[in-house]
Amino acid sequence: MKKFLSGDEAFAEGVRLACPEVISAYPITPQTVVVEKLSEMVENGSLDAEFIHVESEHSALSCAIGASAAGVRTFTATSSQGLLYMAEGLVYASGGRFPIVMMNANRATALPWNIYGDQRDSLALLDTGWIQSYAENAQEALDLALMAYYIAEHRDVSTPYMANLDGFILTHTYENVDIPSPEQAKAYLPPYETDNRFDFDHPTNMGFSAGPDTNFIFKYKEHRAFDRARGIITEAEQRFAEIFGRRYTGLLDTYLTEDAEYVIVTLGTIAGLCRNIADELREQGIKAGVVRIRYVRPFPNDEITTALRSAKAIAVLEKDISFGNAGTVYTNVTSALHWGGITAPAYNFIGGLGGKDISADDIREVFRRIQTGTDRLNWIGVNENEH
Amino acid sequence: MTEIIWIGRGGQGAFTAAKLLGAAFAADDRFSLAFPSFGPERRGAPVRAFTKLSDKPISDRSQTVEADHIVLLDKTLYDKSLHRLLKSSGTIIVNSRDSIPDTVTFDADSIARELKLPTVNTIMSGVLCGLYGTVSMEDLFAAVEKCMPRKLHEKNRTAVRRAFDEVTP
Repeated sequence: MKKFLSGDEAFAEGVRLACPEVISAYPITPQTVVVEKLSEMVENGSLDAEFIHVESEHSALSCAIGASAAGVRTFTATSSQGLLYMAEGLVYASGGRFPIVMMNANRATALPWNIYGDQRDSLALLDTGWIQSYAENAQEALDLALMAYYIAEHRDVSTPYMANLDGFILTHTYENVDIPSPEQAKAYLPPYETDNRFDFDHPTNMGFSAGPDTNFIFKYKEHRAFDRARGIITEAEQRFAEIFGRRYTGLLDTYLTEDAEYVIVTLGTIAGLCRNIADELREQGIKAGVVRIRYVRPFPNDEITTALRSAKAIAVLEKDISFGNAGTVYTNVTSALHWGGITAPAYNFIGGLGGKDISADDIREVFRRIQTGTDRLNWIGVNENEH
Repeated sequence: MTEIIWIGRGGQGAFTAAKLLGAAFAADDRFSLAFPSFGPERRGAPVRAFTKLSDKPISDRSQTVEADHIVLLDKTLYDKSLHRLLKSSGTIIVNSRDSIPDTVTFDADSIARELKLPTVNTIMSGVLCGLYGTVSMEDLFAAVEKCMPRKLHEKNRTAVRRAFDEVTP
């Protein structure tokens, strides 16, 4: 069934199909619509879940951790300052191996106060042990809601999953979305079963401490789960294609990269405009291409290397800056290039902070600059002489 | 691709108009995006919304810089500089009783008063589609039913029909 939905609404439909038993969330722009829709679904009986109204994001995630420890499928959602307020709980969820699914509406972080989209919130928390995906459109958002549970709850993974949607540009943009049937969703997603839960018949110690003699082994195991997640993401997408007929491409999505000499590597919604401009340049005889990173954790190191084999110059375009260095996606991409032995120059482009529109001309300029060579770090739209 | 910029004040329903048109167009398995501008969200502040329409999937989510039509729900927001956001063949449609050079004007306020509607967004949607055939009246009706609360259907259907009647011969 097709419906004209915003990204937030589409994600909520995906969550309804996944049938979580406990939802705990605190509203924050631009995530609010997800929480509103899910609470309406619980109220009207179309989703049989316990909806816990909490007093803060810290409590929202704490509730989800408790519910997950009781062995049930859980959901929460947040954005920006809310995600940062959850930060303490993020590592409890991942260290406890609780496969909570969270939607994060990517939004700027304070100060100055700003409710619009950029990716500084989730990228600041890459090291907290959550799988991180970035959707490009509302259909992918809905589909990722289902795949998120498949991947996170898989016994080989048991890791929480943060599904990121660009604030406003995706969360508040309406488009046609195909909503699968509950029967299809049921066929796709097995019920959540785990031994990692409170069980009066088989009591175990959970949420324990581990000293220097064993702590590092737990961390090693968390890391290994991410390695296994790579394969499970592929499996989740293959099963998804079999049942729903839509095919996804793993940790990244490539466009015309087979022979591309000038490539933009980016993530989220801006990839679409980059592809349009790559088409434009191809008509002028310039071999342009685009890589859209779909998962930042686990990171597609080998896939990036393969996609950039023929590149003469690379731009990494992101809505993030790690002050005092470069964009975090850039440092991740350049380490992949180093591991893969790729020596083509890679330049970093910072744009879209605080919701600033990135225009077609901006993307043309990125491609132009990497053809001639430019600074290592480039701020789109900033006149460095003025500021 | 056909691109429309809607300009109004917070509370006038510019985004609802953008969404209605997008939903109406997409009903025929075509493609559309509808999104608000990301400016101050408060009643009375100038706001923009965008609708993009195409026979092919739309991957450019940036704000429109070359519009086919700019529709103003409030004539006090008209400024000559808006012409810079138009394609060479583009038009600006203004809710205004008085004529404004280089624009198409339509007195939607009078109809809104007559129909006891608090705003002109669906009237101006009807004007746009009546003049340029962007979507059919029936598709716009269906979108009103899909996107608006039930109690608003009848009034807004009447508004759309009235606008179509006024601008089509």
